Amino acid sequence: MKGYDLFELAVRNLRQSKLRNGLTTIGISVGVASLVAMLSLGVGLQQLATRRLAGSGMFDTVFVMSKQDTRGFDRDEDRKDQHPEKAPVLDEAARQQMTHLPNVTEVEPEVRVMGQIVYGGQTHFGFVTGLPMSAHENEAFDNLQGNFFSGSDADEVILLNDFAKELEPQNPKSLIGQQVTLRYGEHQSLAADSENSGRPQGGDQSDNASADAGSDYGFSVVRKAQQLKVVGIVDEEPYGGMRTVSRGRIFLPVDLTEKLNMAEFSDMRSSLRGHGKTYATLTVRVKDPAKVAQVQDTIKQMGFRTFSVLDATKSLRRFFTVLDLFLGIFGSLALAVATLAIINTLVMAVLERRREIGVMKAIGASDRDVKRLFFAEAGAMGFFGGILGIALGFAIGKAINLGTGIYLRNHQLPAEPVWILPTWLIGAAIAFSILVSLLAGLYPASRAARLDPVQTLKYE
Amino acid sequence: MSSSPASLAVRTQNVCRYYPMGETLIRAVDGISLDIASGEFVALLGQSGSGKSTLLNLIAGLDRPTSGAVLVQGRDLAKMSSEELAGYRRNDVGMVFQAFHLIPNMTITENVELPMRFAEVDRAERVERVRESLERVGLGKRLEHRPSQLSGGEQQRVSIARALANRPSLLLADEPTGNLDSRTGEDILKLIRDLSQSLGMTVIMVTHERGLAERFAQRLIFLGDGKLISQETLA
Repeated sequence: MKGYDLFELAVRNLRQSKLRNGLTTIGISVGVASLVAMLSLGVGLQQLATRRLAGSGMFDTVFVMSKQDTRGFDRDEDRKDQHPEKAPVLDEAARQQMTHLPNVTEVEPEVRVMGQIVYGGQTHFGFVTGLPMSAHENEAFDNLQGNFFSGSDADEVILLNDFAKELEPQNPKSLIGQQVTLRYGEHQSLAADSENSGRPQGGDQSDNASADAGSDYGFSVVRKAQQLKVVGIVDEEPYGGMRTVSRGRIFLPVDLTEKLNMAEFSDMRSSLRGHGKTYATLTVRVKDPAKVAQVQDTIKQMGFRTFSVLDATKSLRRFFTVLDLFLGIFGSLALAVATLAIINTLVMAVLERRREIGVMKAIGASDRDVKRLFFAEAGAMGFFGGILGIALGFAIGKAINLGTGIYLRNHQLPAEPVWILPTWLIGAAIAFSILVSLLAGLYPASRAARLDPVQTLKYE
Repeated sequence: MSSSPASLAVRTQNVCRYYPMGETLIRAVDGISLDIASGEFVALLGQSGSGKSTLLNLIAGLDRPTSGAVLVQGRDLAKMSSEELAGYRRNDVGMVFQAFHLIPNMTITENVELPMRFAEVDRAERVERVRESLERVGLGKRLEHRPSQLSGGEQQRVSIARALANRPSLLLADEPTGNLDSRTGEDILKLIRDLSQSLGMTVIMVTHERGLAERFAQRLIFLGDGKLISQETLA
């Protein structure tokens, strides 16, 4: 029998017992809906977690430090035959090299210095932190009051909300648009020449020896003041999740901090080692979180110590795989019950249609034709049940999102979708529904095919 | 009756069909040997339980003999696989039953079309053949009716049209007049005889109505207790 004849006959047969087949199809749809709702919840929760973590700016970032500065930092590291003093320094040349690596979008120094804000005749201390323009995408700026910096070296400042309250306890928001004075220590090199000529690039021992022997490199810290316009107030420090004591409270565009040549704590260390201007930490931003590992490896090969939260994402993926598995198992329970309903419906149909099966065989249907016909009926119920199930699952998911949204808003939290139906799941659920229905149709179909036409026609 | 192998439609050779029933063995067909010529109209007569329907089922390929052979156009049905037997029923045999056995939720057109679906006849050709078959039985204008909307005689005509759909060489009729009044029964047998003559089909009919059989068949074969009792060739 040809495919379209099979389909036509199957649909026609299903229409003959509308109520029973309809109820079975609804049973399948409830099973599919439950599976879809559960798996979509898993997908939604995973995306929510990923979104939250990605928003923290950690997932596309590699933090780079010199091994000279972080001796003993990594306890897992094999320290045999290592000479940290030979490790390359994190200087402008290294920064430029990293900037040109594939998939790297931005390499910015992590500037963190003590500063003083003068406002209304009062002085207030705080850590000054340089922020790249890309920081605007950080979730810390989701609730920014005012604006982000207008340019990467604009004379502008964003204040931490707590700090702004120190400056203006009654109405911190009124600071936006006001001018404040930043006092800071400017790094002034004493021997500018040596910065380019005497600084070792690769930690060569002879260079270090000459530095130790009496490099003339040194610097002065000169108190300076800079007028800045307050453009915004932010509730928490971007990328500041791991910091405690050194939490930044005064945020400047990173290029401005470099232009102002602010003296950093690490300058003293560099000076003692005889290096020129070096960076304590460089923050390397990668185009795609998937490329983080590759960039991280390349930088490691350059001889630097790196850190990213890649390992944390691996654990997270493992957790969600297990969660999806369990949600899938619970979701499948309803489908398992629906499978029994299909078997029951088709076995009943075989009993009821004994004579019809006998007639079909007498007029030329083969056992295979009969089997395929019952398979097609099971498959059609699976197909229609799958489509209905997707629609039902979608409605359940929307209800979950609506309910969660109301609950979150009642707890003064922004509403977020926790249930997301991915496109692949629509196709997969329908395919799974058909597959399960076909499996359920195996026994009834083979029972129908085995019917003896002589016996079925004899009793009529 | 003896026929040359070329014109032989059906030959049974010492065919037996036994059923176990509890501890007894029912000898429904017990060593029947028969030759039926191509284009012949044969009637199988006998009491209930004489084995005539069982013999018809063996010739139809719906049942398999316990022993012996059933040869149709030289092919031994006993040696065919179930798939081959289905093909034989589909292409070589048309069956007509006492209870008509039309599928009630299908229209007349769909009922007649059904064997052609199994034979994978093209849709366009099916429409033509349905019309042709129904016109042959005089029901060319009742295409969209359901079996329940037709009289018994009309339903049997549809059943004959369905049997003709795949243009078989052998028409097997099991008590085709059993559910019909005598006049309608006569009409049906007249139709079968005419079709047999015009299409050159071999007809084997099971009946217990000797009068009708004598009027339409060319040969009467009498069975009793699964055995061939006698044969009578009519003029």
